[in-house]
Amino acid sequence: MSEKILEVNNLKKYFPIYQGALRKKVGDVKAVDGVSLFIREGETLGIVGESGCGKSTLGRTLLRLYEATDGEVSYKGKDVLNAPKDEMKALRREMQIVFQDPYSSLNPRMTVSSIVGESLIEHGLYKKGKELDEYVVEVITKCGLANYHINRYPHEFSGGQRQRIGIARALALNPSFIVADEPVSALDVSIQSQIINLLTDLQHDLGISYMFISHDLGVVRYISHRVGVMYLGSMVELASKNALFDSPKHPYTQALLSAIPKPDPRTKRNRILLEGDIPSPANPPSGCKFHTRCMYAKDICKEQVPEFRDLGGEHFVACHFAE
Amino acid sequence: MTEKSKEIKQKKVNNTEEQQDILTPWKLVRRKFNKNKIAKVGLAIFIVLVLAALLAPYLTPYDPYEMDFTKTNQKPSKQHLLGTDELGRDYLTRILYGGRVSMKVGLFAVIIEIIVGALVGGVAGFYGGWIDNALMRLVEVFMSFPFLPLAITVSAVVGVRVPPEQKMYIVMLIIGLLSWPGLARMVRGQILSLREQEFVLAAKALGIRDSKIIWRHLIPNTVGYIIVSATLGMAGAIMSEAALSFLGLGVTPPVPTWGNLVQNARDIYVLKNRIWLWLPPGICIFLAVMSINLFGDGLRDAIDPKSR
Repeated sequence: MSEKILEVNNLKKYFPIYQGALRKKVGDVKAVDGVSLFIREGETLGIVGESGCGKSTLGRTLLRLYEATDGEVSYKGKDVLNAPKDEMKALRREMQIVFQDPYSSLNPRMTVSSIVGESLIEHGLYKKGKELDEYVVEVITKCGLANYHINRYPHEFSGGQRQRIGIARALALNPSFIVADEPVSALDVSIQSQIINLLTDLQHDLGISYMFISHDLGVVRYISHRVGVMYLGSMVELASKNALFDSPKHPYTQALLSAIPKPDPRTKRNRILLEGDIPSPANPPSGCKFHTRCMYAKDICKEQVPEFRDLGGEHFVACHFAE
Repeated sequence: MTEKSKEIKQKKVNNTEEQQDILTPWKLVRRKFNKNKIAKVGLAIFIVLVLAALLAPYLTPYDPYEMDFTKTNQKPSKQHLLGTDELGRDYLTRILYGGRVSMKVGLFAVIIEIIVGALVGGVAGFYGGWIDNALMRLVEVFMSFPFLPLAITVSAVVGVRVPPEQKMYIVMLIIGLLSWPGLARMVRGQILSLREQEFVLAAKALGIRDSKIIWRHLIPNTVGYIIVSATLGMAGAIMSEAALSFLGLGVTPPVPTWGNLVQNARDIYVLKNRIWLWLPPGICIFLAVMSINLFGDGLRDAIDPKSR
């Protein structure tokens, strides 16, 4: 097995809530509440969960786009969250992000060549000029765009092409880890597959590790090596793709997987319907956060936070009863 | 055909294709603006007025300050197209040079407005927190001053110590320093919403410096709005100058401006019998303000990406 490239330990990100004229702090939205995970070199870790469970916040916090409240992130042994400015800048070259919305993630007033090339100038890898242009062309053709695209503006491209520009921007610095924050959920299904194939091809050629955030279970199943399931800011289950999809241990994962439509209408589906709504992350339930909606919940679930434990074979689960 | 010439031809084809296809945001704006006929008329009128003011020395043989007591109070004639005033100065020349002063005041007042407004709004929006709070309260203080009484008071207090030739600069300062709060608010709002866009986060993830994020990502996206508000602000500044000068508190004679030329209408005899003394400068103010407003409105529609 290859080496662990990224390790996240008990990461927390709370957004404060202010109220009243004096802007008094009345609480926190616990968007990411103690998440631990690791990613190996050349591996894709899929993160799934419903809207608002903190998937995107997790990705952004571990890249330090948001300042973390607590926890540790180490990238190739380097402490990311406490890195001084110049060290952080060096780390930025290695860790990149691709965003969900291909429209708001590109500056409408910059050409493709300056969008992709800006970081190269900033990091002193290239100077403005012919060499930079050639390199930019090389990167964008790798991402499936044509060389004459470099002087165009984002509004002249379709959604899929814009997403390719976003990927090219992230790739320009030659990173070894990319957070893909729902990179295909804003695209057409046919374009989705193109982008996903592009991402897997790049992984093949360049050995990049991905953290692939999505709420589309099918896409995650296709692209990931391992999958983590989040609920209300916490990781409830994390296992290899096959282990997770074939034998889910956490009741939430089981419910989630039962929602995948089957193409054969004759197969009997055991759809697990969850009752109630997702609780507010500002005031999460005590003990196991899932106990309010769990069909197996017992008294212990209300009182004790279940440990995120390894059931063997790197199958982690946060449930008192999972075996 | 040899290989080389083929290659060159291929390159040329590529090149022309490229040039035709590139639509910069500004080209898009120009294209949309060109479709708006009324705005184009406004721009044309404005250009004519500016050219007339700039080329005044070549358009008229007279000097705006040269008095000729043998030819006072003349009616329009071939020598003096709009007649002469009570000191024998050619009136058309006075109007042309008056336009220079009026538009200069408008332009520089707006420049002051933009510098102060964009700076205050940009800083407040980008840094947020207590800086934002303090600056916006300051803006509200400025906004709650009634414009005319304050302008009149300041002009009356400061104005007496300044020779007529320099009063122009006082007026610029008064108008500029009283009109920036609106722009500051708008720029702050723009920066606030831009700051949350993903391309700013992406720039941060790429390790781009704060100063470059502000200059390359935030400011260029507000420039359109600033330009629009500047054109509309210039119309307002010309009006304010005319109002102050008409009241005798702005630019004072012998320096001509459209505002103090209209002052002639205060004499009931002139108002009745010498229309050519007050109507033309009035029309000039009207045309300038209207043309700038039409142009500015067209520009706003063209720049706003949502109006297609």
